[in-house]
Amino acid sequence: MTAPNQSGWKPAMIASKDGMHAHSSGAPVTTTGNRALMLEEPLLFEIGRGDVTGVDLPAVDAAAPTRLAGLARSEPIGLVGLTEPEAVRHYTRLSRQNYGIDLGFFPLGSCTMKHNPRLNEKVARLPGFADVHPLAPQSTVQGALEVISQLGEWLCKLTGMPAVAMSPKAGAHGELCGILAIRAAHEARGDAREVVLVPESAHGTNPATAAFANYRVEDIPATPEGRVDVAALKARLGPDVAAVMITNPNTCGLFEKDFREIADAVHAAGGYVYCDGANFNAIVGKVRPGDLGVDAMHINLHKTFSTPHGGGGPGSGPVVLSEALAPFAPLPFVRKQADGAFYLVEEEHREERGPSFGRMTAFHGQMGMFTRALTYMLSHGADGMKQVAEDAVLNANYILRSMEDILHAPFAASGPCMHEALFGDKDFTGGLSTLDVAKGLIDEGYHPMTVYFPLVVHGAMLVEPTETESKAAIDQFITAFRAVVERALAGDEALKQAPYYAPRRRLDETAAARKPKLVFEG
Amino acid sequence: MRYLPLTDTDRSAMLEKIGAASVDDLFVDVPAIARLDGPIHDLPMHASEMAVERHMKALAAKNLVAGEVPFFLGAGAYRHHVPASVDAIIQRGEFLTAYTPYQPEIAQGTLQMLFEFQTQVARLYGCAVANASMYDGSTACWEAVAMATRVTRRSRAVLSGALHPHYAQVVKTMAQFTGDTIADAMPAIQPESDLAGLIARIDDDTACVVVQYPDILGRISDLAPVAEAAHAKGALLVVVNTEPVALGACKSPGEMGADIVVGEGQSLGVGLQFGGPYLGLFAVRDPKHVRQMPGRLCGETEDAEGKRGFVLTLSTREQHIRREKATSNICTNSGLCALAFSVHLTLLGEAGLRQLAAENHRLACLAADWLARVPGVRVLNTAFFNEFTLILDGKPAREIIRDLADRGVLGGVSLGRLYGGVTALDHALLVAVTETTTQEDIERLARELEEAVK
Repeated sequence: MTAPNQSGWKPAMIASKDGMHAHSSGAPVTTTGNRALMLEEPLLFEIGRGDVTGVDLPAVDAAAPTRLAGLARSEPIGLVGLTEPEAVRHYTRLSRQNYGIDLGFFPLGSCTMKHNPRLNEKVARLPGFADVHPLAPQSTVQGALEVISQLGEWLCKLTGMPAVAMSPKAGAHGELCGILAIRAAHEARGDAREVVLVPESAHGTNPATAAFANYRVEDIPATPEGRVDVAALKARLGPDVAAVMITNPNTCGLFEKDFREIADAVHAAGGYVYCDGANFNAIVGKVRPGDLGVDAMHINLHKTFSTPHGGGGPGSGPVVLSEALAPFAPLPFVRKQADGAFYLVEEEHREERGPSFGRMTAFHGQMGMFTRALTYMLSHGADGMKQVAEDAVLNANYILRSMEDILHAPFAASGPCMHEALFGDKDFTGGLSTLDVAKGLIDEGYHPMTVYFPLVVHGAMLVEPTETESKAAIDQFITAFRAVVERALAGDEALKQAPYYAPRRRLDETAAARKPKLVFEG
Repeated sequence: MRYLPLTDTDRSAMLEKIGAASVDDLFVDVPAIARLDGPIHDLPMHASEMAVERHMKALAAKNLVAGEVPFFLGAGAYRHHVPASVDAIIQRGEFLTAYTPYQPEIAQGTLQMLFEFQTQVARLYGCAVANASMYDGSTACWEAVAMATRVTRRSRAVLSGALHPHYAQVVKTMAQFTGDTIADAMPAIQPESDLAGLIARIDDDTACVVVQYPDILGRISDLAPVAEAAHAKGALLVVVNTEPVALGACKSPGEMGADIVVGEGQSLGVGLQFGGPYLGLFAVRDPKHVRQMPGRLCGETEDAEGKRGFVLTLSTREQHIRREKATSNICTNSGLCALAFSVHLTLLGEAGLRQLAAENHRLACLAADWLARVPGVRVLNTAFFNEFTLILDGKPAREIIRDLADRGVLGGVSLGRLYGGVTALDHALLVAVTETTTQEDIERLARELEEAVK
C-alpha cells in the first residue's frame, strides 16, 4: 500500500495477480484487458494472414511470360494482409494509444507543437500539388516551381536574408546544408579550417552535424545566466575556427543578447555564423536574424510554420544564407526567367550553378511541406506572424511566472524568457526527479515537456506552450503542473510509479536495449 | 486571427501576472538594431481561409496533373494507386499531430506501427533488421555508404554506373566533405548491366559496392556474383531499390547477399508530391551490424505490469545522446510516410503485393512490345520489372518529351536530363508503367511517339 503523502493525492488501489496496483474505484480487471474505449490491439503479424488482401487486383496468371531474368521470387516474403475493415480498425485502435496536439496541450520544449491547421492538409492534397511528378517537363509544373519560389521569398523576408536553399529534408539536414556551404566557402578560398564551436546547451544535432561534415567539435561554456559565454568564445576564435553554431533564442529559452557582438567577432576572425533556427517561433515577424549577422540558419517548417510532426516527420529544413554563402547553395534551385517562367538549375547548368557544393537529395525538397507552410504564412500574413511570436512569448512567460514560486527556475532572474520556460528538479525530495513529474503529468492528461534537455540544467524541464493555446488551457495546465510539482517537492512515493492511467505503465527501456527485439519473429 | 486563441483581455491579464507593461517588454533582450517597429513590410497581411485557398488553388491549377493524362514517368518516383483508407488513417490527429515517441506510455500507437513497419521492410528486403525510416532513398544511400566505411574502416565506395544519378550525386557531394573516395561510372547503354566491369573495380580498399536493383535503366540482374566478389575483398554490398513493388515479383536483395539494403518507399502509400516528402528505407542483413545503423529503431519490451510495449531503443547511437560521436546527425525522419507505407502494405499483404507486382509487370511487358513496334524506337532491356529504356532514333529524348507534353502525354524521363551534358545518353527515354496505366494510355503513347520521332 502506498504511504499517504502530504499533497493528499492517492490512487485508488485494487488487487491483481501481480499484487496491488492503481485502478479506478475498485473496478474489476476485464477478460479482454480492454477498458471500455481503451482497446488493446495485437500486432499486425498476429492478426494478418498471407492470403488476405484489402485491395482488389487481378489474380496472378502463373503461366504468363515474364522478363525477370530468372529472378522471379520463389520464396514467400513473409508479409500479412488485412481487409479494409480490419485494417481501419487496427490502425484506429493504435491511434488511440497516442497523444497528439489535437487531443491536448503538448508543451514539448524546442519542438513547437502548435496547432496544425486543416486548411494546410486540404491544400497539400490538391491534385495539382499531390499528383505531380518531380521530373515532369518544367513547362507542366510552373505552379509547383512558383510555390517553391514564393515560399523562399517569404522565408528571406521574414529572416532578412538574401538567399535560401529549399531542398534540405529536415532541421538536421538543413544544419548539414549550412555547414557544407560554410566548408565550401572556406575551401574556395583555400582556407582549410578544422574546428566548429558549439555551445554546451546546443541540440545534439549541432555537434553531430559538424562531425558528419568532418569538423572537430569544441564546446563553449554557458554563463550562469544561461547564455553563451562571450569571453570564452572570443578567446577561442582563431584561424582554425570555421564556424560557430548558436541557437537563438537558445535552448534555455533566452535571447542571446550579444549575438551581434559574437557574429562580428567571428567574422573578424574569418569564420561564419550558423544559427540553429529551431526556436524561430519566438521571434518570427518580430526580429530578423539577418540583422544580427547570421550567415546561415535553417528553419524547421514543421515547427514555426505548423506542418505536422507526424509522429517523427516528415520535416522540412530550408536554410537561409548570407551573400557570402549563397553562391555555394545546393542543387537544384529555382530561378525565374525574364519572361516570368520558372526553371530548375541542376547539375547540367554549368554556368549558372556556379560554385554550388552539389546535391543533398534526389529531387527538390519537401514539396508537400512547402504547400502547407505557404498556406500557413498566407493565412497569418505579416501581422499575424508578429502576433504568433508575441503570444508564444507571452504564454511562456506567464507559465514561468506562475511556477517560479514553487519550481526551481534557474534563469528566471535573467529576465523574461522567450517562447519556452526552463525549470530544474533540484528541490524535489524523496529521490523524485524530473522523470517522475513528467510521468505524473501524463496521468493528468498532458503530454510532458521536454525533459533532461538542455544538459546545462539539472533535471531540465523545458516548457513550450506555443501561441495556439488559450488562456483557459494554460491556466488548467498550470494548476495540474503545480499539483504534480507539489507532490515531487513533498517526496510523494506514488509518483515514482506514474503513469497509472496511460495505455502502458513505465516501460523497461534498459531491457529493450540489452536484448534488442526490433522485428516480429514468429 | 483564426489560429490565435488569446483575446486582448487575456493578454492584459497575463501581462499583469508577469509584471510587464507591454508585450514588447518581454523582448527587452533583443538589441535595438534588430527590433522591428511593426509588421514586416512588403509582405501581405493575414487572409481568410477562403482567400488563401483561392490563392493556392490558382497555383495548383498551373500544374499538369499526372492522373489526368497518359503518364509514364518513373526514375525513382512512381505513380501507384493508393487505397482511400491510407489517407484517412494518416489524417487521424493522433498520428498526424503526434511527435517522435519520446514518452512511450502515450505513444504506443506510433511505436507499435513502427515495429510493424520495421518488420515489413526487413521481410521485403530479405534482411534481419530495418530502422524506423530515413528522409528518402538518396539520403539513405549516402548513410549506407557512411555506415559501410564505419564497419569496414575503409573509405572507398564503388558505385555502379547504373545507380540513380541523383543518388550518386548525393554520395559524391557528401564524400567531398568527409574525404571518402567515390569511384563512379557512366551507365553502359546496353541490354544488360555490366556487372563484370563493376566487379573489376572492387579492390582491397573498397568499403562497399553500391548497386541499384532494378537499375536506373530498369534492368534487373542477379547480384549474387557481386556480393561474392565484394565479400571476397572484405567489402560490403549495398543494394539500392527505388521501386519496392518490384520486390513483390523479384528476389529480395538480401537473398542475393546484400549486406545493407536501402531504398525509396514512396511507391507505397506516399504519392508523387513533386518529389517530397518521401520515405527512406534502411535495412541490414546481419543483425551484428545493428549498432552501426543510423536513425531511430523501435524495440519490444515490457511495462511495469508485464504488458508488452514498445520503445525507441539503442539510442546511444544517436545524436541526442552521442552528439559528435553519433552514427548520423538525423533526428526527424519520415514517420508519417512510414505509416502510409505500412498501411498500404498491410492492405496489400503478401497476396496483394504479388498481384500488384504481377499486374505492373504484365502491363510493362505489353507496353514494351507495343512501343517496340514504333518505327525509330527500340527497347534496350532484355529484362525489366515495370520500367524500361527506349532508344530513339533521330531527335534527342528531351525534345520528344516536350513534344509529347504539348500533345497531352507525359511520356517518360529523358536520361539526358538526369545525366545533364552526357550526349551518349541523349536518345535514351525511360518509360515506367504501373497498375494505373491503361491499355489506351499505352496505345496513345505509341501513337504520339510515332508522330514525335518523325
